[in-house]
Amino acid sequence: MTAIGMPAVRIDRTRVVPWLQEYGVYIGVAALLVFNVAFTPHFLSLENFRTQAVQVTPVLILSLGMALVIATGGIDLSVGSVMALAAAMISLYLGYGPVVAVLVALVAGAAAGAVNGALVAFAGVQAIVATLAMMIGGRGLSLVLLPQLDGIRNPGIRELGAGDVFGVPYLVWISAALVAVVVFVVRRTLFGRRIVAIGGNRRAGELSGLPVRRTLLAVYTVCGLFAAVAGVLATARLQASDPNSIGQLIELSAITAVVVGGTPLQGGRVRIAGTVAGAVLMQLLVSTLIKHDLPPSWTQIAQTAVIIAAVYVARERGRR
Amino acid sequence: MTATAEQGGAGAAGPALRTRGLTKRFPGVLALDDVDFDLSHGEVHALVGENGAGKSTLIKVLSGVFAPDGGEVRYLGEAARFDTPLRAQQAGISTIYQEVNLIPLLSVARNLFLGREPRRFGLIDFARMHREAAGILRDYGVEVDVTGPLQGLSMGARQMVALARAVVADARVVIMDEPTSSLEPREVETLFTVIGGLRERGITVVYVSHRLDELYRICDRVTVLRDGRVVHTGALAGLERLRLISLMLGREAEQVERQGATTFGGPHERRAEEPVLVAEELDDRQRLHGVSLSIRPGEVLGLGGLLGSGRTETARAIAGAAALRSGRITVAGVPLRRRSTGAAIAAGISMLPEDRKSEGIIPDLSVRENIALAAMPRLSRFGLVSERRIDRVVDVFVERLRIKSAGTRQKVAELSGGNQQKVLLARWLALNPRVLLLDEPTRGIDVGAKAEVQRLVDELAAEGLGVLLISSDLEELIEGADRVVVLKDGSVVGELSGDDVREGALMRAIADADADAAADPGCTTPGGPAAEGAGRPGGPQEHDGGAGPADPRAGASAGEGTPGRRGAR
Repeated sequence: MTAIGMPAVRIDRTRVVPWLQEYGVYIGVAALLVFNVAFTPHFLSLENFRTQAVQVTPVLILSLGMALVIATGGIDLSVGSVMALAAAMISLYLGYGPVVAVLVALVAGAAAGAVNGALVAFAGVQAIVATLAMMIGGRGLSLVLLPQLDGIRNPGIRELGAGDVFGVPYLVWISAALVAVVVFVVRRTLFGRRIVAIGGNRRAGELSGLPVRRTLLAVYTVCGLFAAVAGVLATARLQASDPNSIGQLIELSAITAVVVGGTPLQGGRVRIAGTVAGAVLMQLLVSTLIKHDLPPSWTQIAQTAVIIAAVYVARERGRR
Repeated sequence: MTATAEQGGAGAAGPALRTRGLTKRFPGVLALDDVDFDLSHGEVHALVGENGAGKSTLIKVLSGVFAPDGGEVRYLGEAARFDTPLRAQQAGISTIYQEVNLIPLLSVARNLFLGREPRRFGLIDFARMHREAAGILRDYGVEVDVTGPLQGLSMGARQMVALARAVVADARVVIMDEPTSSLEPREVETLFTVIGGLRERGITVVYVSHRLDELYRICDRVTVLRDGRVVHTGALAGLERLRLISLMLGREAEQVERQGATTFGGPHERRAEEPVLVAEELDDRQRLHGVSLSIRPGEVLGLGGLLGSGRTETARAIAGAAALRSGRITVAGVPLRRRSTGAAIAAGISMLPEDRKSEGIIPDLSVRENIALAAMPRLSRFGLVSERRIDRVVDVFVERLRIKSAGTRQKVAELSGGNQQKVLLARWLALNPRVLLLDEPTRGIDVGAKAEVQRLVDELAAEGLGVLLISSDLEELIEGADRVVVLKDGSVVGELSGDDVREGALMRAIADADADAAADPGCTTPGGPAAEGAGRPGGPQEHDGGAGPADPRAGASAGEGTPGRRGAR
């Protein structure tokens, strides 16, 4: 109880932990890149980068919406189910043409998000409970609408999933555009400032006349909309609507990407660049393990390790 | 008083606790600089200084929250280093923070004995625990149902439970951080009795407070910190009050004297007779039963009354932050239709909330973002924020309110309490309000910042703002306000204006309003306010409510103000 400690170690901790939280994700990405360049054959090929960029798309887009929700101090567990809902809508409305089908899918996603938002903002239901209900109900609804996998032959949708402009796939263009939009919203708009203020201290926001409920409703709606975008793109790439397996457990990857990227789970802060890096980190981790012929179980264990490390670092910050 | 301390110090083996050359560094700040701090057995030791002087850091180092960067702590004669708060507690150093750290959902008795419950056959002996808990708490003037959850208790009662818990846990040193900031006068008395008891048992008390009256009443010695250094330590009895203030501020005594204890000037010149704010018959069915008041431009209206009398509720209702069942609020002749904080702000009402931490600052955001928070819509166009306009507004207020920070991009959580309060004031002033509601604007901030805030209130009134001032500090209320409306149980029971705004008259107005309650034996026990504060359907409270209608007349005749006149002029 009365031991003489080593002050040097403690000083390091207080400095290293916040630094790790801010930049740890970039170090992780860099380390994986270096490792792959050195040990993975054909890693430095254009084709490989294309594949990686396409594969990261769904998680990346989900994590953008998730970052906004988490910044308000909430969470959205329903994004995987909303993807499934969007996939089912595509299949059901493809008869009216690809544009209508995509629009209906996006509207359905936004509506599901709005229901989440209304429950959280107006009914005062805890975010984790409200979105858990949507996670189960949304998946159930999409399976009712479309009980089994339905192949998609529509050339428009297939082009969306496989085509490219200047050698860069549509999927990558779309996710890059969404990243740009979200960065702009967070940095420059009133709405972005409100998100962070509400997450930092909701009561203070209310007393300062911020439209707290409206903002929360909007944030969850955007998250649902982004989930629908991810669902549409995943369906297009798969060339099939598969409400049963699309987006299963993907919410965990999205949450991990956000937290690893430096947005604390308790809200009040948002890091979009970090979130993008977080999504890339998860993608590289998985692909590295696959390329080195480790079984999928190893992938899950590695993901778990990253989650624990990220939450640990975040926890250190909260305790300070 | 002093004799006891000296006896204790000489009789026991050396000091209870001493530090030598204690140093603690934070990024950019030397929070503790070579601090030598001695505590004798059985003394009540005042620890004072402005916010940011290093008091909190010193407390946290002593209680194991921070590890020092240099220097040594000797506890009961041995070199000691507490890695965690738990270690410090086990060794006998208990700290009672402003925000009491107990578990709201557990019963009072369990909180009291947490971790050292009396056991029987390996199980908690509830009967014995409840019996002992009730007995112990009675000594602390808390008469409550010990089997009920802690969250039903008032802040004051909780503080007592925390204190009792520290003593139950065999504390040798009890550190109290602003213990009276949330207590009622009666509870303060009980606390002092308890502290006296601790002293007799040889327990050392470190007492941190900004209220000088309290220090002089119960403390034996004092240590003054300034900028992380000890600038004075010695017996309190021989130290002149003015000298103490000048030590804390680092200013000359004459300068302090010239400015007075508060920095309020004389009465304010009222520019117009038309009130800028009229509130009529505010009623929320719980805490407010028909409060009416009016404020003219350039006037500071004080709101007096005891804790729980409805002062805060009145301010919140006017600011649109609390639901009302009935009542009318008019700003500059225009009635407020929609009841929300947004509508109130749009009409020109700004409220500085009572609880700076939980309702004011957004800790993770910068000073700049915190100041701009409420005015952000006005500083943006088409939903896009203009950094340039924000900077312009922020710079104006940082300069005007003399907000000290490492830059406007610094996190507001890293500022001292006084500067945080100024940031909040800036947030509200940035809205260019017509009416400013200040709920305990100087609570828990250092003497220097307090003086600045008071001076600012004067200036704002002179500029034509209508100000509503709520303060538990009578001196502040009297010197700051042109007129004082006294509340009791959610009704106006008296009004003082002009030369009647004096300490004696105000105390009388409050006391007379309270006379009925005092006559009721159920209310004189300290358990009474506990139940009342918690808003429980306790007997005494209902009785008070029933007596309410009779009170206004009693208060008016004795309190020299005429309720009939309020709002009419």
